[in-house]
Amino acid sequence: MVTSTINVPPRKREIIEKAVIRFCGDSGDGMQVTGSQFSNTVALYGNDLATFPDFPAEIRAPAGTLPGVSGFQVHFSSSDVYTPGDSVDVLVTMNPAALKMNLPDLKTNGILIVNLDNFEETDLRKAQMSSNPLEDHSLDAYRLFSVPLAKLTRAALKDLGLDAKSMDRCKNFFALGMCYWLYNRSMDSTLLWIDEKFQKIPQLVQANRLAMQAGYSYCEATEAFQISYEIPPAKLVPGVYRNISGNAALALGFVAASRQAGLPLFLGSYPITPASDILHELSAYKDFGVITFQAEDEIAAITSAIGAAYAGAIGITTTSGPGMSLKTEALGLAVAVELPLVVCDIQRGGPSTGLPTKTEQADLLQALFARNSEAPVPVLAPATPGDCFWIALEAVRIAIKHMVPVIVLSDGYLANGAEPWRIPSVSDLPAIPVHFETNPVNFQPYRRDPETLARPWAIPGTPGLEHRIGGIEKQDVTGNVNYEPLNHEHMVRLRAEKVERVARDIPDVVPAGDPSGDLLIVAWGSTHGPITAALKSQRAKGRRIGHVHLRHLNPFPRNLGEVIGRYDRVLVPEMNMGQLVMLLRAKYLVDARPYNKIQGKPFKTSEIESKIEEMFD
Amino acid sequence: MTTATLPVHTKKDFQTDQEIRWCPGCGDYAILSAVQSVFADLGIPREKFVIVSGIGCSSRFPYYMNTFGFHTIHGRAPAIATGLKLARPDLEVWVATGDGDSLSIGGNHTIHMLRRNVGLKVLLFNNRIYGLTKGQYSPTSEIGKRTKSTPYGTADRPFNPISLAIGAEATFVARSVDVFQQHLKDTLKKAAAHKGSAYVEILQNCNIFNDGAWDTVTERDARSEHVVQLEHGKPLIFGKNRDKGIRANGLELEIVPLGNGVTEKDLLVHDEHHPRPSYAFMLAHMEHRPGFPTPIGVLRSWGEIPRYEDLITAQIEEVQAKRGKGDLEKLLRAGDTWEVRP
Repeated sequence: MVTSTINVPPRKREIIEKAVIRFCGDSGDGMQVTGSQFSNTVALYGNDLATFPDFPAEIRAPAGTLPGVSGFQVHFSSSDVYTPGDSVDVLVTMNPAALKMNLPDLKTNGILIVNLDNFEETDLRKAQMSSNPLEDHSLDAYRLFSVPLAKLTRAALKDLGLDAKSMDRCKNFFALGMCYWLYNRSMDSTLLWIDEKFQKIPQLVQANRLAMQAGYSYCEATEAFQISYEIPPAKLVPGVYRNISGNAALALGFVAASRQAGLPLFLGSYPITPASDILHELSAYKDFGVITFQAEDEIAAITSAIGAAYAGAIGITTTSGPGMSLKTEALGLAVAVELPLVVCDIQRGGPSTGLPTKTEQADLLQALFARNSEAPVPVLAPATPGDCFWIALEAVRIAIKHMVPVIVLSDGYLANGAEPWRIPSVSDLPAIPVHFETNPVNFQPYRRDPETLARPWAIPGTPGLEHRIGGIEKQDVTGNVNYEPLNHEHMVRLRAEKVERVARDIPDVVPAGDPSGDLLIVAWGSTHGPITAALKSQRAKGRRIGHVHLRHLNPFPRNLGEVIGRYDRVLVPEMNMGQLVMLLRAKYLVDARPYNKIQGKPFKTSEIESKIEEMFD
Repeated sequence: MTTATLPVHTKKDFQTDQEIRWCPGCGDYAILSAVQSVFADLGIPREKFVIVSGIGCSSRFPYYMNTFGFHTIHGRAPAIATGLKLARPDLEVWVATGDGDSLSIGGNHTIHMLRRNVGLKVLLFNNRIYGLTKGQYSPTSEIGKRTKSTPYGTADRPFNPISLAIGAEATFVARSVDVFQQHLKDTLKKAAAHKGSAYVEILQNCNIFNDGAWDTVTERDARSEHVVQLEHGKPLIFGKNRDKGIRANGLELEIVPLGNGVTEKDLLVHDEHHPRPSYAFMLAHMEHRPGFPTPIGVLRSWGEIPRYEDLITAQIEEVQAKRGKGDLEKLLRAGDTWEVRP
């Protein structure tokens, strides 16, 4: 009888500060599940962490081939973690293709666990390998552990009466069990997860439990590993934590905004990678009165949300780049009729279909300008997965207070990456005041709030407020159709001024690091992690560097120009061809320098550091 | 104690102070007048009405109705109205659209609205031409039609809007004509009484770019030969002297002269509640055959399908009844959590 906890008499246990582990295999090998389970376990233990799931756009590319490789990387530590890690300490590979694609990221002398059962000649051929790396000494620079994962898993499950294929599908849990032993981690939370996940098929509960425990026992019994590691808990800010991905945080943020505003939430959405998870999450929150509408296309997704906003709900729509392109006309309508709306663009590589599962931040200029004529909208961007929660609240707050559509630019890396998130108390959430116009005396649909220039939110069903709105140009105040030249210019300037005035309503930027000095890094979105890590390391070398990470990209915070002026040089790293840098140069006439990476992958800390060093040369 | 009384509105209550910008002689005036008087008769508070439109001559409609109105973008009115209706199922939402708006650029939204059975009333102004862009052919223009964009005639087979709606399994499909005021009002009242999607095609004359497009239907002398008025429970009879009938012969319809042993009893009796959409489709398709009349009236009225917004609302209520109303504090702390102590 195997019990859930096994007391290990450790051979040698070394206490270390941090580790980066990557699981990789076929997209059918369960690497995403394995990685998420490992992440949850280290998070529950109290480590800080960051994760990076990296998977192909194809659901199942042919087994064993290079395009089918899927990976999940976890960086966990007893100190602050800002990125999933530049290079890997432990690489778990399920087949030669995964080995070939991922080996370049493994540190010299790093631990390499390979599934020995998948290194037949046919496997090597599928990975386009001419010789067997397990035999040709090409892996001599690493601590190689060739483990017959499939054979050992089958042996462990032989009494369950499963077919070979079902048994083989459990081998990822064998590997996970090995990694739990290696880092002295309890299997308890994963055992609970298995019980719940497979509760309808008791045989699979048994199988996955046994496979994981067999992996753990294998390490213990064979003495394959002469050493195991311990990474003590991190000193995080006190509070209750959970692990959260950007998409899940956005969904929670919108539910919170709905509560804070006291209005129902309406999501109109069309499935698209990497945004679909927000639709999945919100569609489960019926108990919060959330209405989710899976529309017939991207256009119906945004227009239904506009209809709901017109009716007095919080209208939101979620998409990625190609969907943004389809939504542009409707976004212009929302600008013209001045209704609150939130559009989330979870950016991915482009153009066109591009790299659906890979990250990029190249939709910034699209968000700002891709509408016909002059149609300004506020644009926000979360910096970390946890920040997605707060940005959702901020977007709804601005949309309602200023009666404007707001764009939120997240990206694939934030969407799927996860980090420990300190759960706020509901009583600490910001209020979102809502005022529906009800007074019919002298009601005018485009009479404006003198401070914000917002027009009244006058929802259908309110007696005496019958009025007409539309995309056609209208007279200020009355909202009547109007083609007069001077009225048009007045309205164009008014809509621009209305968005500009959002700047009065957002906080000034406070640079991280040095408040003035040699170099300022200005950035936005998911580059926050590697820049923060690079800043720490470069400042430790005595360099005077500041970092401004913009959450409000339109309008910019009011003091941004002044802050930029306090530094000798300005560097703008972006996962695009230089979009924010173009805006900064245009607005502040500053010689800001771009640093661009367009590989569908986040920056490494080392890359940012090299660039900083180059700036000081 | 108060007693509920139906609001009393007159047609005038639904008129606006806006200058109407349709061409003099346009069929849209007649439709506007009919809708204003039908709304007044429905006994519904004025603020409950919302008219949503797309782009085109017909889509200027909301500006001339003293209700809530939303003139949106080309083809998207059904989608905007769907969001509106999901958020506020208590509102009376009407969509004003045209043949280009509903069947070309907005074709996708039209069919999806109909298959979902959203509780919207759609007024399709069909003039078989693009008027606002000055005279290009539309998806309902007859094949071979010479227009500004087809100087040698169109090669496109036209849509029959009724067939399309029935194909999408619309639960209420009807047709009327701009100049048949009483018939139009009666049809609109039936549409208003239907719970789910009601799709009403209104044959409308564009006297500038496609004048006389429906002459065979509307001209006093011609119309009795070319129109069959469908009435529930009544046989299909047409002709100047009401001497022709439509008879079902298996899956075919045929025209038979009355007399010589053929009586009304032999004719097809209209059943607008026929459970099979194929019945209504068969009627809709008559006009494509030489000698057959154009049907007007209610082709299909099927009340057995629930409204989309009711299903969505019921699902939310069901979950809330089972799980209770959502508790945000609990939701935020759902799943695996851990505490870091000071």
